[in-house]
Amino acid sequence: MNPELNTEQCETCPMHNSANLLKLGLDMQDWDYVIALAGNPNTGKSTVFNALTGLRQHTGNWPGKTVSRAEGGFEYAAKKYKLVDLPGTYSLLATSLDEEIARDFILFGQPDFTVVVVDATRLERNLNLALQVLEITDRVVICLNLMDEAQRHGLQVDERRLAKDLGVPVVPTSARSKDGLELLLKTIHEVATGKTVGKPRRFQNEPPELKQAIQILVKQLNEAFPGLPNARWVALRLLDGDESLVQAVQNGGLAELAAGPGQTPALPGNLELEASS
Amino acid sequence: MKPVAVNNSRDILATAQSLRWEVGEDFHEKLMETLYTNATEIADRAVTRPGEKPRFDLDRTIDHIVTSRRWGFLLMILLFTLVFWITISLANVPSRWISDLLIGTIYPLLNQAAANIGMPWWLQGILIDGMYLATAWVVSVMLPPMAIFFPLFTLLEDFGYLPRVAFNLDNVFKKAGAHGKQSLSMMMGFGCNAAGMISTRIIDSPRERFIAMLTNNFALCNGRWPTQILVATLFIGALVPAYLAGFFSALAVVGVAMLGVLLTFLVSWFLTRSVLKGEVSSFSLELPPYRPPRILQTIYTSLIDRTIYVLWRAILFAAPAGAVIWLVANITVSGQSLAEYIVSFLNPLGILIGLNGVILLAYIIAIPANEIVIPTVLMLTMLITGITTPGAGAGVMFETDLESTKAILVAGGWTLLTAVNLMLFSLVHNPCSTTIYTMYKETGSRKWTTLAALLPLGMGFAITFIVAQVWRLVASWI
Repeated sequence: MNPELNTEQCETCPMHNSANLLKLGLDMQDWDYVIALAGNPNTGKSTVFNALTGLRQHTGNWPGKTVSRAEGGFEYAAKKYKLVDLPGTYSLLATSLDEEIARDFILFGQPDFTVVVVDATRLERNLNLALQVLEITDRVVICLNLMDEAQRHGLQVDERRLAKDLGVPVVPTSARSKDGLELLLKTIHEVATGKTVGKPRRFQNEPPELKQAIQILVKQLNEAFPGLPNARWVALRLLDGDESLVQAVQNGGLAELAAGPGQTPALPGNLELEASS
Repeated sequence: MKPVAVNNSRDILATAQSLRWEVGEDFHEKLMETLYTNATEIADRAVTRPGEKPRFDLDRTIDHIVTSRRWGFLLMILLFTLVFWITISLANVPSRWISDLLIGTIYPLLNQAAANIGMPWWLQGILIDGMYLATAWVVSVMLPPMAIFFPLFTLLEDFGYLPRVAFNLDNVFKKAGAHGKQSLSMMMGFGCNAAGMISTRIIDSPRERFIAMLTNNFALCNGRWPTQILVATLFIGALVPAYLAGFFSALAVVGVAMLGVLLTFLVSWFLTRSVLKGEVSSFSLELPPYRPPRILQTIYTSLIDRTIYVLWRAILFAAPAGAVIWLVANITVSGQSLAEYIVSFLNPLGILIGLNGVILLAYIIAIPANEIVIPTVLMLTMLITGITTPGAGAGVMFETDLESTKAILVAGGWTLLTAVNLMLFSLVHNPCSTTIYTMYKETGSRKWTTLAALLPLGMGFAITFIVAQVWRLVASWI
């Protein structure tokens, strides 16, 4: 008997995987990984959150439902995860408080990785956010949600093509009916344990003068903060005059980022974080 | 190490500063353009659209009707009237069952038990006549309408109707000089004003966010819907023949809610022209697709999330309030109870604005939670005046159904004017302490928080005063 072969078959069996998921709700002691859950408003983030944690964060069919972050935990394949549900935003340019909360958590909160929930029926607009997240971090799983609705509208979304273009795993789901959540869990597990490593696509085709400016700044940033995982993105934000990034350069928040995970993140500004009702 | 880092960061910021000039002012636009081009490219490759022409699109057809200029508002009013009508006509029966059980059966048993174990009279008073009765009132008065209204409201929300309401209102908000997103925070306020305060975070301009916060209280919250529904059922419904009563009560509640929306516009308009002047910023509101509501799940979550939550909060505040009520009604100073002193002190002001001293005292006791206003009014009325329902002895005075609830209020001096003004005052008065605290936490400003508390309170007094004066004037002519 070959025990390895047997386990492999188990992992593809949905029964086994569901049994593997342990919803921990608010009980989140000693987690192994922290996951940020980002996405446009009304793409079903909270539904995914509830399905994984067993919590009943209020979900509603309208954008702007979640404006502060909610946290919950689950255990899968003997690893404990803390899931942080971020406010739904269209971008991470931080023009309003909800965008700032989402952006700051992905950047300074240093989650182990980020799950971006995108609406399969409005892929183009949703990808704007996904691409911005990919600029900040390469540890991303795309949850291609609302596949059932896309099907109802006669849309066919090729998730493999999408995964190839984005350079990170893409999991099609219908969180409302819990379709695809097993695969999502499995992918999360693989990314967390380092079995899958993303090579994300970064913005391309920017105008030449921009490219040059970015190069100069990236070089300086890399010298000042060696190990900074997203120098290119920081350069872009500095060029755009982003206040909280300027602050992070000044007060050393960026230096801590460069030092890598395990450090206490410096949360800039008046970040009010709490579970919403 | 440290000085080097500082120098480096200064260098970097200086470089960024000078490069920004080189890149030019349209940097942000260029960047966004790159981003959008990339997104379009990727999306186009991944998505295959159906080859044939777009089919009949149900969503769009529904949207044409519910957001149309002509029918949008009318449909909105009709839909909400329907929801309240269902609530009002169904809530009566279970309300009676619960009060029969809690007050008709258990209350005498508790008194019996207390007498049997020889409990001191004052402890029996605080525990049973105060805390237990207040809690029982809250449960029997509030649970049935909440258990019907919240699931219905949540179903509408789950279906996707609320953003359409926001869409209908957006234009008016803009005309009032406020942010269109305020319609969303107002929708949230219809659930809970404290949550509404937090939801104003989606508004990026501080000016418009303050406007949204200052006016959020005009959206009737969970704690005030039952008050409106109950008073409308007792007094407004009684004006018309029985078969129309439910419908008219529902219309009255919708009318008050609409008045709240109107006040939101007026106050926003006033604020943008006085203390909070400035430009209106624009935004895009996404209308989500209609989704068939998951009925069982929605009912379950709205019962857990809202009904039980609100009820629990009400009970939490009702029990201590019950003790306070009993104490003020039973601690006597030179032959008169404290409550009588306070009520007779407040009475002239109360009468002037078409309410009475008992109601004002109830609103003071109910600052932590609007939910307990009606139960507090009922208990105070009974304890102070010693009224019992006609023909009933002291022990069975709480044998309540809607009729005897009304009898208690009428005996306490309530008229139609009192009912109307109570509904108005319930809409326009200071927010509950949780909401005030939330606003303070969100803004960190004592000045604006104080304004948010006092502005509606002052308006409430003004509105009820005017209504009372006009009412009495007209009544004296007839």
